[in-house]
Amino acid sequence: MVPYLLKRIAMLLPLLLGITLITFTVIHLAPGEPVEMQTAMSPKITAETRQRLRAYYGLDRPLHVQYGLWLRRIVRLDFGRSFAPDNRPVMDKIKERIPVTLSLNLIALLLEFGVALPIGILAAVRRNSLLDKGLTLFVFLGFAMPTFWLALLLMYFFGVKLEWLPISGLHSLGSNKLTAGAWFLDLAKHLLLPIGVATFGSLAGLSRYIRSTMLEVIGQDYITTARAKGLSERCVILKHALRNALLPVITLLGFSLPGLIGGSVIFETIFAIPGMGQLFFMGVMARDYPLVMGILVIGAGLTLVGNLLADLCYSLADPRIRHGGG
Amino acid sequence: MSVRLVPLLLTLLFLLVGCGRADPPGVRRPQEIGKPVDGDTIVTGSIGEASTLIPLLASDAASHSIAGYIYNGLVKYDKELNLVGDLARSWEVSRDGLVITFHLRRGVKWQDGHEFTSRDVLYTYRVTIDPKTPTSYAEDFKQVKKVEIPDPYTVRVTYDHPFAPALASWGSSVLPAHLLEGKDITLSELARRPVGTGPYRLKEWVAGQKITLEAFEGYFEGRPHLDRVVDRLIPDSATMYMELKAGGIDMMNLTPVQFQRQTMDNSFLARFNKYRYPASSYVYMGYNLRNPLFSDVRVRRALTHAINKEELIQGVLLGMGQTAKGPYKPGSWAWNPNIKEPVYDPAAARKLLAEAGWRETDGDGILRRGGKPFQFTVLTNQGNAERLKTAQIIQQRLRSVGIDMKIRVIEWASFITHFIDNRNFEAVILGWSLGQDPDIFDVWHSSKTGKKELNFIGYKNDEVDRLIVAGRGTFDQLERQRCYRRIQEILAQEQPYTFLYVPDALPTVSARVRGITPAPAGITHDFIKWHVPRNEQKYTQ
Amino acid sequence: MIGGAIVLLLFACSFFAPFLTPYDPSHLDAWHVLLPPSARHWFGTDELGRDVLTRVLYGARVSLKVGFVAVGIAVFIGTAVGLVAGFYGGWRDSLLMRLVDIMLCFPTFFLILAVIAMLEPSIWYIMIIIGLTGWMGVARLVRAEVLTLREREFVLAARGVGASDLRIIVRHILPNALSPVLVTATLGVAGAILTESALSFLGIGVQPPTPSWGNILTAGKEYIEFAWWLSLFPGLAILVTVLAYNLVGEGLRDALDPRLNR
Repeated sequence: MVPYLLKRIAMLLPLLLGITLITFTVIHLAPGEPVEMQTAMSPKITAETRQRLRAYYGLDRPLHVQYGLWLRRIVRLDFGRSFAPDNRPVMDKIKERIPVTLSLNLIALLLEFGVALPIGILAAVRRNSLLDKGLTLFVFLGFAMPTFWLALLLMYFFGVKLEWLPISGLHSLGSNKLTAGAWFLDLAKHLLLPIGVATFGSLAGLSRYIRSTMLEVIGQDYITTARAKGLSERCVILKHALRNALLPVITLLGFSLPGLIGGSVIFETIFAIPGMGQLFFMGVMARDYPLVMGILVIGAGLTLVGNLLADLCYSLADPRIRHGGG
Repeated sequence: MSVRLVPLLLTLLFLLVGCGRADPPGVRRPQEIGKPVDGDTIVTGSIGEASTLIPLLASDAASHSIAGYIYNGLVKYDKELNLVGDLARSWEVSRDGLVITFHLRRGVKWQDGHEFTSRDVLYTYRVTIDPKTPTSYAEDFKQVKKVEIPDPYTVRVTYDHPFAPALASWGSSVLPAHLLEGKDITLSELARRPVGTGPYRLKEWVAGQKITLEAFEGYFEGRPHLDRVVDRLIPDSATMYMELKAGGIDMMNLTPVQFQRQTMDNSFLARFNKYRYPASSYVYMGYNLRNPLFSDVRVRRALTHAINKEELIQGVLLGMGQTAKGPYKPGSWAWNPNIKEPVYDPAAARKLLAEAGWRETDGDGILRRGGKPFQFTVLTNQGNAERLKTAQIIQQRLRSVGIDMKIRVIEWASFITHFIDNRNFEAVILGWSLGQDPDIFDVWHSSKTGKKELNFIGYKNDEVDRLIVAGRGTFDQLERQRCYRRIQEILAQEQPYTFLYVPDALPTVSARVRGITPAPAGITHDFIKWHVPRNEQKYTQ
Repeated sequence: MIGGAIVLLLFACSFFAPFLTPYDPSHLDAWHVLLPPSARHWFGTDELGRDVLTRVLYGARVSLKVGFVAVGIAVFIGTAVGLVAGFYGGWRDSLLMRLVDIMLCFPTFFLILAVIAMLEPSIWYIMIIIGLTGWMGVARLVRAEVLTLREREFVLAARGVGASDLRIIVRHILPNALSPVLVTATLGVAGAILTESALSFLGIGVQPPTPSWGNILTAGKEYIEFAWWLSLFPGLAILVTVLAYNLVGEGLRDALDPRLNR
């Protein structure tokens, strides 16, 4: 187990390096020098300051040297200072935004899993029935509906018409004076729509995947054997089929993180949630290069960690890897 | 809340401050009589987050609208747009107009308890003109010869030559010397934790979420009635409007469609008051005159001939605005009512373009000269649906005379730094907000074409230069009027901008807020008197 | 089947758009903005007085173009990478698959945003960047197919008679590896249409005056409660199209995947 883990972690390093390389390349596609932006912010910046900045970012050096310098700083998680007028360290800005985005996405992921699982199983067990077709249509509707449109319609219906739910943000005004329970309820109410929309939109992939792996497993010999032994259908499906069908799903979960983080740009903009997606979009539009690079690297890094965790879960769940492998 | 006197400021959405001459408001109900009580919170929304709360350094509307609650100038405009004292109790102007002596209010406290004195005014002046300070607002103070502070409550300002906007220019926010002197203002923590003399002080700034201001008990004009002002960051305009309808925010500027089509029902009118008056701003299409495409006056006149301004007012503003023909608000004293400018006439446009050598040669409907098609890109800023609509309507009109105009929408900060400041544009659709003084040196004088300066289209006209200098160099209003009217004639002739329209401001405020008196200065001039009757207060402690 | 019919109908609509509507998609009329659906304008008019039906029909062209070109690029790159990695194996395989792993780590939408916003939001950049960030799945699929195919008799036979690598790849492997790609590509078209609408929502999708379903819907979001026709029709167009492509994709998968037919 431990050697396997070490091997997996060792494999991360080249991937991390690749992530930084691609990030660096993407940003340097843009015309103009990054330092232009910062110096342009202050009209009367002296030639000396400009030179200092150029030296700081190593812009007077060839590209590969610049990359090396940048890499050396980000190893220490120093992504430089934001070009925005507040001029704060990029890492600070990201740090205050990550928890929101990450926890929202993890909740959405759990919920997605919780809802997609029964849908997938039901659809597989009742393959080609009306129920299967209905569920298929339902999950695809979620996928096919432009998220911002669905979000606005729900906002209008539940927020403006029925007045059941708040429209946007994370907390009501004055929520800090509420009791813990009421505070939590208030937060939950705010999160219901964004998380609901995110979950609905991502059901299709997972539930269809579960359906097809279930179908595959159900066709296997050992299931036939289990049935032949006279076990109840319920037991066959839940105990034997599901366990085997779930294994590949774990990997899929790890890989769905980037999609969710990417989608957070839309949710956070429309629901006014101060997360990383919103920060990234603002950064991109304002050409805040250090911020954009920082978020790209960290976003991709998070996915790496997610994949590693998924792999670990997989190896814990699958005895073949635990004993035989690595 | 002080009215901003910064003479000209690039406008963004939701610039509520600095409103102009008002027609009777659209909808109003009688104000309640009774003694106003303190309490409650008013919630507003911003599409963008404030960048810095040191107004000297800010160039975005979100920052200025928050800073407007926190700081004061020496003078301000009252609701009838007369200059009155703010931090200055009174002032004298010498007979030749060269020396202004301000007598400051005594006992005014900064929000940290420190006393406000003439030293703060001197510091503000010095830091503004300091070449190391990155600000766009230094021009007026550069006319000052010297500032003296004979005692803590007197400021004496001397000018070399008569400078008409002098008094008004002292409406700029005064900064706290005791917190800034000797420090680098660009690194000051005041940008995020401001200390002013104004009616509200910063309570909390939750990055990316909201800024909360609370009433400053020690405000020299008396504590404002509303306990708190909360400005929420809501990046999407559709969400913002739904928040308004659901009661999540109490005040916003409506779009023309919202004003006329979406908020006419009684259920909305029972909960909100709507106001309507001409905004102190105009929208224009400006041409980069360094570009050979636009250096020919015939081409610029042809462009204006090709644009139907009435159509813009109808399509973009649903009729709620007026055409603009020059850089002044119709009806103001500097405005010239008799300007003759190219009227909408596509045939005349085609004729002028043909004279300039632009002809249709290959049947694709696009004019060419020397084989090159007449093609350019107009830039406008993100988050302003009205300007995008304007661009689209102009696009169609220009297409019909054979000009291919592309549209590009760019985020504000990037727009300014990458495109405007580097002169990296062909044409722009933007707006200027207008100060009360008609001086237009910053935008139209040929000395202001440098990097970061506001004459970014590169307009140069000797006569205009002379008239601008003459206009600001005298206190004689008739003489000034003569100068500005002549400038408008020249601009109408040369069309460096196609002046498009003056929109109406369409703010709406929750009906529970009382004490709002629409006036020529708009509605926010007496914000500290706004109040909510006790039984209607929504946010209680 | 239904999916296929809808997809065909869409093609017909976008192809015959000029014959189906008397209006020009960019002809605007400032005096008739936001008119509700009527006999003259079946889908009403938009915020600039343009006919919404016309714009949705022409928007189909743009949205489908974005979908197909982007997926075309993705399939081209993905297939090339998968073929090379699978056929040659060794260091080429490891290198290319590590690249796939790396690309899969990025939140794709972030990469798209960064590139579009820093260059400019033209329809070509949008198609290219969606394609450049969407090829990894195809590459993995093709590689897996190639790995099994290259040991099959007909490939070994071709090699035995001295066929060149290129010939083997093009003649024997590629045709057999493509069927799973078809499914991914079908779903990819749907995904690209959604991505364009998301970009439009952020204001950096297909730019005016060109109509795309995404930018019509975005214009309509401001008037969701009273000018419902402006958001409903483009929204439904996206919904139905994406749904149809998914159903077609599902159908193809079932038809092509022998394991599920047992």
